[in-house]
Formats: sequence, structure tokens, C-alpha cells
Amino acid sequence: MASNLGVAASAARTTSESAEKISVRDLSFFYGESKALKNISLPLYERTVTAFIGPSGCGKSTLLRCLNRMYELYPKQRAEGQVLLDNENILDSKQDLNLLRAKVGMVFQKPTPFPMTIYDNIAFGVKLYENLSRAELNERVESSLRRAALWDEVKDKLNASGLSLSGGQQQRLCIARTIAVRPEVILFDEPCSALDPISTSKIEELIDELKDQYTIAIVTHNMQQAARVSEFTAFMYLGELIEFDRTEKIFTTPSVKKTEEYVTGRFG
Amino acid sequence: MAAPKIDMGRYRRRIGRNRMYMTLSLVATAIGLTWLTLILGTLVINGFAGLGSHVFTEMTPPPGAEGGLANAIVGSLIMTGLAVVIGTPIGTLAGTYMAEYGRYDRLTPVIRFINDILLSAPSIVIGLFIYEVVVTRMGHFSGLAGALALAVIVMPVVVRTTEDMLLLVPNTLREAAAALGTPTWHIIGKVAYRAARTGIVTGVLLAVARISGETAPLLFTALNNQFWSTSLNAPMPSLPVVIFQFAVSPYENWRELAWTGALLITFAVLTLSILARVLSSKSGGER
Repeated sequence: MASNLGVAASAARTTSESAEKISVRDLSFFYGESKALKNISLPLYERTVTAFIGPSGCGKSTLLRCLNRMYELYPKQRAEGQVLLDNENILDSKQDLNLLRAKVGMVFQKPTPFPMTIYDNIAFGVKLYENLSRAELNERVESSLRRAALWDEVKDKLNASGLSLSGGQQQRLCIARTIAVRPEVILFDEPCSALDPISTSKIEELIDELKDQYTIAIVTHNMQQAARVSEFTAFMYLGELIEFDRTEKIFTTPSVKKTEEYVTGRFG
Repeated sequence: MAAPKIDMGRYRRRIGRNRMYMTLSLVATAIGLTWLTLILGTLVINGFAGLGSHVFTEMTPPPGAEGGLANAIVGSLIMTGLAVVIGTPIGTLAGTYMAEYGRYDRLTPVIRFINDILLSAPSIVIGLFIYEVVVTRMGHFSGLAGALALAVIVMPVVVRTTEDMLLLVPNTLREAAAALGTPTWHIIGKVAYRAARTGIVTGVLLAVARISGETAPLLFTALNNQFWSTSLNAPMPSLPVVIFQFAVSPYENWRELAWTGALLITFAVLTLSILARVLSSKSGGER
């Protein structure tokens, strides 16, 4: 879509207060021979929530996994093009993956607490890069859990297994774990699809609070969720970026017919 | 709408067939359990009579004299322990390579295939192999050779269980660790091992259970020793070999000790198996 860049640029002008934290430029992605992303270009603005929507298999999760190069864990997956994080191309082979992922955190679809205590779940990532005193570490664990709105529920059982929590609590534990390492960007890959409505609304509130500090990208199947939490929305279809714009524009007066059909539920 | 017509004959035939298969299954189970009960019963009846503190304190006796199994028990413990100490690290590291670093490597299926062959190799062949490469070079039988033969049996079991258990650890957990910027070795050491720990320990316990009853690989390697010996450089007695030697002898006191030794081994293995079961069911409940 040639018009994408123009739309993106005009959207950028209207939010001149925030800079581009991540710029995806002409990104293509391959699973072996099959091309899953086709020349995607879009910006992620600093301290802003951007939602990726589209039907299953459209490549939105794949796009998210390019932003921290999670695909590198598997063979025969590769990306072409550029992903600039603070103007540095993270797809460059010289990029250190561990340092990149410490900067670009990720929360997954299913809660994935590590098989250790609640405290250790949070301290795990912190200890990788920082040498904190016991008191500082305690403080970090508490502030992360508070930030993830989980502190009051777990403060008396920090030594219990992370696996003993409910699904919604586990997901908030994973968010706390992610923000404990103080990333700059947080990627959410359908963070609520395994959760009940109450847990979902808690996570959504959380995302809304986190955006004053972090650049956030969220993949979601739930269009209401995209409308509720994001400022910008990217609509993808069959590996292509169909439209990227302010969320209210995407959901009220989209420029592309396909987008309108999707957000009004006529297909997908 | 007309009610569907039920063919009662067809229905009754199905019930009948169900009863038939149920009966056959029960009979098969009963036959299996009968032998197990008979074996355990015989062991307890014949072995219990000779059980006493002397079994654990006295050496294996000459024909017709009083004695116990102390040297054989200690020899078994030493060789089994050493075999586990040698075989477990090598086995876990190889299994870790196959499940983690080399998961998508073309070499891995080849290693797995070879390991499976080793896993099912007759233990007497392993004994002969160690006889050729260790005993003939050293010039004499030794506890070390026995332990090495047992270690060769331990290794493929541990390789297999380590790989299987690590493959059971969901990839989402590895991704979650990687997403925090965790280096690969740290993901394996701190997250994957922790998630697979009980399974790997269970594998080691099952390997111990397997080697503690092995006779064939010890016959040509550790041989036997009727005296107290903890030297790895000398022939070393072990429970299975003593049982083998005593059970086929014409001496009444030897045969009684053989029964007692068999009882000891059986219950040691049973305890280990139960422990392994308990551990693995615990890990199942965690997830």
C-alpha cells in the first residue's frame, strides 16, 4: 500500500509531541520459503499504545516478534528490511540479542511464570543485568508488583510458587517481571486471550497506566480492546499492512474499504 | 418426527461383546499379577528367614560357615554410586545438547538413534566391551571396571530421559526467559532445568534401579571378592554376582544368603521405583 507512508506521516504530524521510538521500514519476514510479512512500514511512537489488529494469520504476532527478534530462537525464520529502535537498526547482525530484549520486553498470550517463587520470578530478570543490594532488590520487586497491581494480593506470600497464582494473577506477575528490568518498549502478544473479563479489564487498566512511561505495542483479536487501550491502530491482512492511523479514525472513518469491512465485522 | 428405531438385538450383542473383552482383560491382569505375587512371595518366605543384623555386618562366608553379605552390599553401593557419578553428568549434558543447543541440528536424530541402540544393548555385551578395553589393559578385574560397565548402562538412560524431559518444557517458558534478555545457558540452567528437574531426577533413579540388579556386566569386570575390599583397583564383590554364585551352589548356607540378597535388591529397587513414581507425580501436579 503506497498510501500507508503518507497516512503514517500525517498521523505523525498530529502527534508531534511524541517522537518515533521504533520505525519499521520495508520489513519482510519469512518462515522458510513462505513470506509472512510483506514490506511493512510503520512507526511506534514514544509513550503511546499502538494496537495491531487483523484476522488470524495476518502476521500481527509475527510483526511483534520482529521487534525483539524472538524469532531467532527458531531455525529457518528470517527478517529483511529495517527495524529502527532509537535510530539503530536492531535487525543488524551486530545487534546483541540479550541487550535488545532487555530493552524491548514482551508479555505473552499465555501466562508463563517461571517454576520458582513469586519473588524470584521478578528478581530473575533484574539479577541478569544489575547488581543490587538485598534491600534495593526487595524495593524493586515491590515497586514492580505494585506497578502491575499485584502487590496487595501477593505481598504475604512472596515465597509461594508463581504457579500457585490464578491465571489473571500470573499474567500480572509476567507484566511485573517485564517492567522490573526497566525496558523502554513493552510488546503485548494477545495478553488477555486466556483471561476472564475481570482480569482482562485489570490488564487493560494496567496498560493504560504503563503508557506514561513506556512505548507499547499490543496484538489483539479483540477490536473493542484495541479501541479501548490504543492511540494508534495498524490493520493487517494476509501479511500486509492495510492501514495505519489514529485509533478513532480506524474505527470510525477508515480510509481503506477493507479496514471498514473488518472493523464493522463484515469479514474476519 | 418419528422416534429412531432401536435394534435391541444389535444393542445386546454390543453389551455381550463388552462383557467378553472385559473378562479377557481381567484374566490377563490376574495372570500378570499372579506371577508377580508368586515371585515376591517366594522371595519374602525364603529370604526373610536368613535376614538379620549379621547380613549387614559379616563377610560372605566360605561354604558351610556363618556369614553375611556386608562386603557385597558395600561393593554394590560403591560401584552403583560411582557409575551414577560418572554416567549422570555425561548423560545430562548430552541430553541437554540434544534438547536445547542442538534441537534443530541434523546430528541430533543420529545421536538419538545411536543412543537408543545403546539403551537396548544386551548388558553382557557391555560387560565384554569393558573387559576388552579396561580389564585386559589393566591385567586384572577391578571395581573400577565394574563401575565403568555400569556407567555405560546408566548413560543412555539418562540421555534419553533428560532429552525427553527438556522437550516437555514448553517453548513459551524459554521465550518468556529470552524476552527478559536471558542468555541461552542461563535459560537452560535456571528455567528449563528447574521445570524438568523432577523428571531428570526420576530418570537417574530409574537408571540406578536398572543397574543395581545387573549381573552380566559385572561378571567379566568386577568379578567377585569374598573378602572386604573397597579398593577400586581390586576385584570387588556385588550383590547380584554373589547371588548368582551362591544360588547355583550346593551349599545350604550359601543358598539361604542368595535368597536374602535377592530380597534386599528387590526391595531396594522397589523403593527406588516408588520414589521415582512419587517424584514424577508431584511434578505433574505442579503444572
